[in-house]
Amino acid sequence: MTAKIRVRDFDFYYGDAKVLHGIDLEIPETQVTALIGPSGCGKSTFIRSINRMNDVIPDAHGEGTIEVDGKNIYAPGTDVVSLRRRVGMVFQKSNPFPKSIYDNVAYGLRIGGTRKKQELDETVETSLQRAALWNEVKDRLHESAFALSGGQQQRLCIARALAVDPEILLMDEPASALDPIATTKIEELIWNLKQSYTIVIVTHNMQQAARVSDRTAFFMLGKVVEYAETNTIFMNPKEKMTEDYVTGRFG
Amino acid sequence: MTYATRRKIVSRIAEAACGVAVLLALLPLAMILFYVIKEGAGSLNLAFFIHTPKPVGEAGGGMANAIVGTLILIGIAALFAVPVGCIAGVHLSEYPDTRFSSAVRFAADVLNGVPSIVIGIFAYGLVVLPVKHFSALAGGVALGLLMLPIVVRTTEELLRLVPAGLREGALALGATRSRAVFSVILPAALPGILTGILVALARVAGETAPLLFTALNNTYWSTNVTQPIASLTVQVFTYAISPYDDQHRQAWAGAFLLVMIILSLSIIARLAVRRLERMNRP
Amino acid sequence: MHIQRHFDRDIEEIKAMLLRMGAMVEESMQQSIRALLESDLAIAEQVIANDDRIDQMEVQIDQHVIELIAKMQPAAGDLRFVATVMKITPELERIADLAQDVCERVIELSREPTIKPLVYLPRLAEDSQTMVREALDAFVRGDAELARKVIRNDDVVDRLTEDSFRALLTYMLENPRNISAAIRLTFIGKYFERMADGATNICEMVVYLVEGRMIKHEHA
Repeated sequence: MTAKIRVRDFDFYYGDAKVLHGIDLEIPETQVTALIGPSGCGKSTFIRSINRMNDVIPDAHGEGTIEVDGKNIYAPGTDVVSLRRRVGMVFQKSNPFPKSIYDNVAYGLRIGGTRKKQELDETVETSLQRAALWNEVKDRLHESAFALSGGQQQRLCIARALAVDPEILLMDEPASALDPIATTKIEELIWNLKQSYTIVIVTHNMQQAARVSDRTAFFMLGKVVEYAETNTIFMNPKEKMTEDYVTGRFG
Repeated sequence: MTYATRRKIVSRIAEAACGVAVLLALLPLAMILFYVIKEGAGSLNLAFFIHTPKPVGEAGGGMANAIVGTLILIGIAALFAVPVGCIAGVHLSEYPDTRFSSAVRFAADVLNGVPSIVIGIFAYGLVVLPVKHFSALAGGVALGLLMLPIVVRTTEELLRLVPAGLREGALALGATRSRAVFSVILPAALPGILTGILVALARVAGETAPLLFTALNNTYWSTNVTQPIASLTVQVFTYAISPYDDQHRQAWAGAFLLVMIILSLSIIARLAVRRLERMNRP
Repeated sequence: MHIQRHFDRDIEEIKAMLLRMGAMVEESMQQSIRALLESDLAIAEQVIANDDRIDQMEVQIDQHVIELIAKMQPAAGDLRFVATVMKITPELERIADLAQDVCERVIELSREPTIKPLVYLPRLAEDSQTMVREALDAFVRGDAELARKVIRNDDVVDRLTEDSFRALLTYMLENPRNISAAIRLTFIGKYFERMADGATNICEMVVYLVEGRMIKHEHA
C-alpha cells in the first residue's frame, strides 16, 4: 500500500485559534478514506488543506507537512494552481457554473489551455461517463446545467472535477444535500472511481463511511482519535471515544 | 361592536388608504404620459423620423438627426462608462475592505450626486476647450460620467450576490483568482449588470443640461463625433422655447418619442434579464 | 429503477459460501449413511476427518456476515437474509457433527456382532438426508412451500425413529449379546432424527426469509 498523501504533524490556525493539532496520517492510493467526527471537529478544515482551498480564507494558515507523492505542498513556492489540478474537489452543495453542461465539464480543460474541439469533446464524454451521467445528458449537452436535478448536478460537478484528470479526489460531504436514491448513486460511483483515483471523503453520516470507505479516520476537536481499516472502526474500535461515537452514544 | 369587527374595519380603511396613496403616486406619471401622448402622438409621422429640421420659420421637417444623435451619444457614453465601471466594480467586490476601495466607493457616491450641469461644465473644460470645438465626443464623455457611478455600484453589488460556491468551484479546478472572476463570477452576475447598464442608459438618454455646452446641437445630419451633434433632448428644449407653433408641435412629438425610448429600454432590460436568468437560476 | 449495488456481490458470495457448506454437509451425511450400510470404516474415518473443514466454514461465513452488517446496514429482505444465514450455519455445523457421531458409532459397531436386517434405520437415514437436501433447496430457491413440506415431514421421521427403536428393542430382548450393538444403533437413529430436526429449523428460517413470518415453535 503506497501512501499517496502523507500528513506529518500538521497544525492549522484561523487567526490565533488552533483548529487542527498535530495531524499524522497516511492516505493510501486508489482507496477510499473517510473522515468522520462530530460537527466542528476539523475534518472539513483538514480536507480543504489538502488542496489548499483554505488559502482563500484571510488569516488562515497551516503549519507542518502535507506531502502529495512525496512533495510537501506547504513548502514555500508551491504552485497552488497546478496542485489543484492534481487534487480535485467536490463540494457539499453542488456548484455548477451558470453555463451549459458541456461548458461546465470543459471549463477546467479550457483554462488549462486545451482548445481543440475534438479533444474537448472526447474528454467531456469520458468524464461524464466516468461520473455515470453520460446516458442521461448526452442528448442535451448544450442545455443549462441548472436544468438537471440535484443528484445530477452533483454528478456533473464530479465529472467536471474528473475532466482535468486529477490523481486525488477530495469530497466534502458530497451527498448530504441529496435524497436517498441520489445518495446511493453517488456512493456506487465513488466505489467504482476508487479503482483509478485516490479518494478522501468527509461525511457526517457514519453509515455512509461504513458503506463506502476502505479506511476511516475519526476526528475529534481537531485531533485524529483513531485511524484504521473501516471494518475495524465499525466492528471493533480500539478507542472508547471511537466506540461511543460509532454507536451513537454521543453525537 | 366587537373587537373583531373593529379590527376588520380598521384593516379595510388602511387598505383603502394604501390604495389611494398608490394612485396618488402614480398620478403624476399617468398625467405625463397622458399629456405627452395627447400632444405628441399625433405629430409622430414618417416625416418626423426621416427628415432633418427645416430652417427656422419653415414648417415641416423632422428630428431624424436628433434621434440618431441621441443614439450615438449614449453609445459613446456606454463605451466609456461600461468597461471602466465594470472593472472598478470588480475591484471593489474583490477587495472590499481596503482604504482605496472605501475611497473609490465614496467618490462614486459623490459623483452620483453632482448636478448634471456641473458634469457638463467639466466635460466642456476637458474636451471642448482644448480643441476649441464642440463635439459629440464631449457630449458622450459627459453622459458617460453620469453613467459611471451607477455602473460601478451595480456591478459591485451584483458581484457580491454571486454565491461563494461558484468561486470555490472555479478555484478548485485550478483557476487563478482573476480567471475565476472573469470566466465564472462576472458572467454569473451579467444579467443584473446588464439591467443596471440599461437603466443607466435610459437615464442619461434623457439628460439635457450636460449636452448644452458639449455636444451643443446640430440642425444638419451629422454622424461625425468630432462635430456638434443633435440630440432629442436638446432639440426638444430648443423647439419648446421657440415662438413657432409647428416647432412646438414637433417638440411634443420629440418628448413623446423620448418617453417611448426610455420605456422601451426598461422593458428590454426586463426581458433580457428574464432570459438570462433562465440560464442562471439553479 | 433498479440500482446495482456493490453489496449485491457480497450477498451472492455469502449465499455461495453457504451452499458450499451445505454441499459439504450433505456429502458427510451421504458418506455416513454409506459407512453405516456398508460397514465401511475407511469412509467413516474420512467423514470424521472432514468435520474440521466444515467447522471452519461456519466461522468464515459468520465473519463475512458480521462484516456485511457493519458495512451495509441491511434492511428488509437483505436483513432477513443475513439473520437467516447466521441461524442456518450452526444448524449445518450440528448436522455435520451428528454425521461425525454416526461414523464414530459405526466404527464401534465394527468390533461387535452385527444385527441384521436393519429395517427402519436405512429408511430413517434416507428420509433425513432428503429433508436436509430439500431444506437447502428451499433456501436457494426461496421456496416457502417446499420448506413447509419438509417441516411436516418431521413427524414421519419421528415415527420412524420410534419404530426403529422398537425393532431394536426386540433384538435386545431376543439375545443379550445384541444389546451393545442395538444401543449404538439406537443412538444412530437418534442422530438421524436430530439431523431431521436441524433440517426443520433451517426450513423455519427459510419461511422467515421468504415471508417475513417467524413460525418457529408454532408448527402450523
